[in-house]
Amino acid sequence: MAKIELTRTPFIKNALKSRYPQLAVFIIMLVGYIFAILAGLIGTPVGSHNFSIVFVWIAWWAILILVAVPFFGRGWCAVCPIPLPGEWLQRGAVLSPPDKKPKWLNLRVPKMFRNIWLQNISFLLLALFSSVLLTTPSITGIVLTTMLFAAIGLSTIFERRAFCRYLCPVGGFIGLYSQAAPIELRINDKHVCVTCEGKPCYNGSSAGYGCLWDVFPGGLTKNTYCGLCMECIRTCPHDNIAVNLRPFSADLAKPSTRMDEAFKAFIMLGSAMIYAGVLLGPWGALKDAAYNVGSSAWFVYVFIFLAIIFGILPCIFTLGIVRTKSSIPLKHRFASLSSTLIPLGLMFWVAFSLSFVLTNASYILAALSDPLGLGWNLFGTANTAWQPMLTSILAPAQTLALVGGLIWSARTAQKASNEVKVSSTPVIAYCFVLTSIMLWLLL
Amino acid sequence: MKSRLALLSFLLAGLVVAFAPLPVQSVTPQARTFQMDARQFAYSPSDLQVNLGDTVTIQLLSTDVVHGLYVDGYDVSIEADPGQIATLTFIANKPGSFRFRCNVTCGAMHPFMIGKITVGTNNWLFRSLGLATLVIAGVMTSIKSKT
Repeated sequence: MAKIELTRTPFIKNALKSRYPQLAVFIIMLVGYIFAILAGLIGTPVGSHNFSIVFVWIAWWAILILVAVPFFGRGWCAVCPIPLPGEWLQRGAVLSPPDKKPKWLNLRVPKMFRNIWLQNISFLLLALFSSVLLTTPSITGIVLTTMLFAAIGLSTIFERRAFCRYLCPVGGFIGLYSQAAPIELRINDKHVCVTCEGKPCYNGSSAGYGCLWDVFPGGLTKNTYCGLCMECIRTCPHDNIAVNLRPFSADLAKPSTRMDEAFKAFIMLGSAMIYAGVLLGPWGALKDAAYNVGSSAWFVYVFIFLAIIFGILPCIFTLGIVRTKSSIPLKHRFASLSSTLIPLGLMFWVAFSLSFVLTNASYILAALSDPLGLGWNLFGTANTAWQPMLTSILAPAQTLALVGGLIWSARTAQKASNEVKVSSTPVIAYCFVLTSIMLWLLL
Repeated sequence: MKSRLALLSFLLAGLVVAFAPLPVQSVTPQARTFQMDARQFAYSPSDLQVNLGDTVTIQLLSTDVVHGLYVDGYDVSIEADPGQIATLTFIANKPGSFRFRCNVTCGAMHPFMIGKITVGTNNWLFRSLGLATLVIAGVMTSIKSKT
């Protein structure tokens, strides 16, 4: 399938060039985000009746993992409200043209942090406390508040969106999986960028801000770090930026060789499997261990969680590829071949989320009418009874997602192994074993 | 042409694996009773196995707060007050694996208070594993034919 340039459509182009449609969505999202914080902090402690739990961990999560990430890549980042207040503070403006004089420290993020290891750590921190985070409104409120203030704090110290690029626990995995999405922002003609004076897409101009994600669009070859902020579409004086529809997982044809990204793939894959066992499985002892933070059982849970992600999964993977004949160093092969796990991990999350979301979606209607659990009935749906949805199609849908993910990852393995000139068989076998375990956990 | 034929045969094989009727073991249905404890946030026992056609009775005893039990796919439920036994009886006439879960908000981890009942054989799991195996066989065949 050839690429289709969506920005050739005048309606789409104009909607992206203008700041107002994006600002309108930003403001709605920001109001929702602040309301989620308030609901978490002052609403009912019963998670299934609190807006912060129901709308963040059921509604938002469903949209993010089932629609936004697979089909729009970093589409969520394009409208995420978390960096907004910090960005407005950093610019000293909401919409007015950029002032060249920095308002705050405007430092570059130190080189040692210019990777996604901090995002890996921040995701793991949330993951280890997830049983409490997903079910306790006050904890969700505190985490959302912390993220908002971390973004504000980093905006006053560092240039651009340092929080989104290097710390956001959600942005890390969205970036990883956005490589599989059928949407991309790219330049049309490289020569135009080479000869362009001043590089306003990166440095900003009177038409807009320099890339908020610290990316030079002229060098973009994959989606991972492009946050779709659309500033380059506004600033490019040559109309050389395009948003394209493309085949799924086009970025994975040239796999990354970075270890931080490789481990991100393992973290996400392992987390999906552990959650499927702990949260959706019938084993009460596991749930107790995950929920009772600080207890000795929880420390054992943490140890096992980290051992699976940083020990068992990568070690077995390495054992599989270590004997493949290649002149390419093992570290390089490990990183490149781990791109195979990106479609697999994404589909593991889809299968896990289908179960969680369909079972609990009926809480959305009740929380809509009574978001704080104070006995309101704003839209007459506060007393909607809990009822799992579409349970008859759940198992076939999960099979479709997991077996589809296996096909997708096997095809990706073939491409990645061609790049590093090794056999794809061990990696495909690895994906098969993990898929079988996930099927057993979910079905 | 050859690759299209191969793809078609794998698709047909996939349909057979997914949907072909399987022989049903004829086991005389019997009445089965489970005494089950419910506490925050687990059932004990939490993994039940019955035969197709069995009359299943679950005597649910809640040991702390009010708990419920709802069986996915069967759409039947009960609620048990603390210290009281509530009884649910149904005929296990649908084969497969089903989650049962608490349907009364019982605390923070309530949405994850889950158990599992398998009626007969969990055929869908075996069909899914079969499909995954078929996929791998197809991929390996295509790799071999290219090399």
